[in-house]
Amino acid sequence: MNKLYAARRRKNSVTMALSLAATLLGLGWLVLILGVLLYEGFSGLSLRVFTEMTPPPGAAGGLLNAIMGSLVLTGLAVLIGTPIGILAGTYMAEYGRHDRLTSVVRFVNDILLSAPSIVIGLFIYEVMVYPMGHFSGWAGAVALAVIVVPVVVRTTEDMLTLVPDSLREAAASIGLPRSLMITRIAYRAAKAGMVTGVLLAVARISGETAPLLFTALNNQFWNSNLNAPMSSLPVVIFQFALSPYKDWQALAWTGALIITFAVLALSIVARTLTASRKQP
Amino acid sequence: MQPAGRRDVVDLALQGGAAAAGEAASRSKALARLQFGDAAFRHLTRAAAFGVLVILGGVMVALVLGSLPALRQFGFGFLTSQRWNPVTENFGALAPIYGTLVTSAIAMLIAVPIGILIAVFLTELCPQWLRRPVGIAIELLAGIPSIIYGIWGLFIFAPFLQETVQPFLISVFGEVPVLSSLFAGPPYGIGMLTAGLILAIMVLPFITSISRDVFEAVPPVLKEAAYGVGCTTWEVVRHVVLPYTRVGVIGGVMLGLGRALGETMAVTFVIGNAHKVSASLLAPGTTISSAIANEFTEAVGDLYTSSLIALGLILFVITFIVLAAARYMLLRINRRIG
Repeated sequence: MNKLYAARRRKNSVTMALSLAATLLGLGWLVLILGVLLYEGFSGLSLRVFTEMTPPPGAAGGLLNAIMGSLVLTGLAVLIGTPIGILAGTYMAEYGRHDRLTSVVRFVNDILLSAPSIVIGLFIYEVMVYPMGHFSGWAGAVALAVIVVPVVVRTTEDMLTLVPDSLREAAASIGLPRSLMITRIAYRAAKAGMVTGVLLAVARISGETAPLLFTALNNQFWNSNLNAPMSSLPVVIFQFALSPYKDWQALAWTGALIITFAVLALSIVARTLTASRKQP
Repeated sequence: MQPAGRRDVVDLALQGGAAAAGEAASRSKALARLQFGDAAFRHLTRAAAFGVLVILGGVMVALVLGSLPALRQFGFGFLTSQRWNPVTENFGALAPIYGTLVTSAIAMLIAVPIGILIAVFLTELCPQWLRRPVGIAIELLAGIPSIIYGIWGLFIFAPFLQETVQPFLISVFGEVPVLSSLFAGPPYGIGMLTAGLILAIMVLPFITSISRDVFEAVPPVLKEAAYGVGCTTWEVVRHVVLPYTRVGVIGGVMLGLGRALGETMAVTFVIGNAHKVSASLLAPGTTISSAIANEFTEAVGDLYTSSLIALGLILFVITFIVLAAARYMLLRINRRIG
């Protein structure tokens, strides 16, 4: 009997040790990835990165046009995608909470949420780039917007569902029309959560490369024309990292460092915004 | 008979109404405006909800239309042929499909046990104050953009594998009958094994966070009962927590699989882009997503483009099925947990 107990104890300690090891492995990867990024990217980090254009091979330069392109594309995508997402989420939580349509939309939205982003790129290529005959910043922005929508729909619906019904009833009892009740009361109560959703969407798209490869393409020069190909940080990193030139590769590392820390900072801010609400 | 006070109020209201006869028109106008605004807002939100459906429908229609030329040309053979020759315009999807499935399988083989073990650590072993930080750190792995995994995999991970792990695998399994073909050929560094390993790191946080969430939802009474009859922590996990949450864990695994199948950039960096089916995991290969990413902008000719879009359609159909299954399972566990 005692032998059996010892065997069970041993089995328990082994698996618990394994679970600890697995966690350390997971944390180790994170540290390793961030450490390498810092090590490789930090040396290239200088003012020049933010003030000069992407260089031809062999010359010095920065990432200014790529950074600006990323900001413009991300900003436009959020401007296009957020209203659609918030409105759709509003319908699901406020008007059609028990509708057939809502459950279908929720299912489809969840699929879109994890759909391969390269397929989104193909879709936008088919409906925008091919008919227009050229790659463009607009196509890139719309492709990213398609990724923004499901993220915002999901968080908006979740957050509006959390708003207590007594608030809605109170608003209705003083004769507020439903649309005003939603925009003035429910949105305000769910604001932190909805902002989080948008931040998460920004974090998600600012690192996206695949949907931009054949929509916005790339551009080596400064470009403020949204009808022309536009560079973005992830695509420049992709191009530079796979090039044989050492200084391009160094710039790719620096760009990777910038993107990663911007994205991680965004997701941590988004987390702390909701953390205070979730904790009882 | 109404109480006196109430009748007074009614009289007052009627008087007020008579006095404000002129206002009534503007009031009803205001009401009409509000009603119109209300209806407009309602229809706007409804249209946006339909918009989500339209996006998915649009993706499907666009992919099907785009891939028609290739499918018409090659027919069913597109799925079973591994030739990929842009010069003779002869295309088959077997190599990318094979590469996608093999890399995802490697990723899941590694990520599922590790992801679940981390979830076990977080729910059973980890001190309370450490749970949140460790959980967030693991989830940050999911926040790192995939292109970072790619550049990291190409410059750091692949050379490391080439110098240490792969020669080791070759020397150990080189003489073993079946396994030797899995680890045949020179250690390139890049290849299907490398892509699979990087995918494993990328899907790990998805599996961990969903497993942790469903583990935490197990009623404490069940666990306490098991501890009460003298179970060890592992026995509680194995015989109470896992059976109770099985559907949810599988849902999380499927969600991770959906990610692994569609992941593009990280794989594109390290897969080697070789359109051939080879038994060796060390050999370079290609996946659906990396083939599209690598070749789409350079594709000349409608048939080439169309073949790549057909690859996208195949990928979309596969991930759609996997993700739908994942959602269905997660829905079931959520219903059970309530």
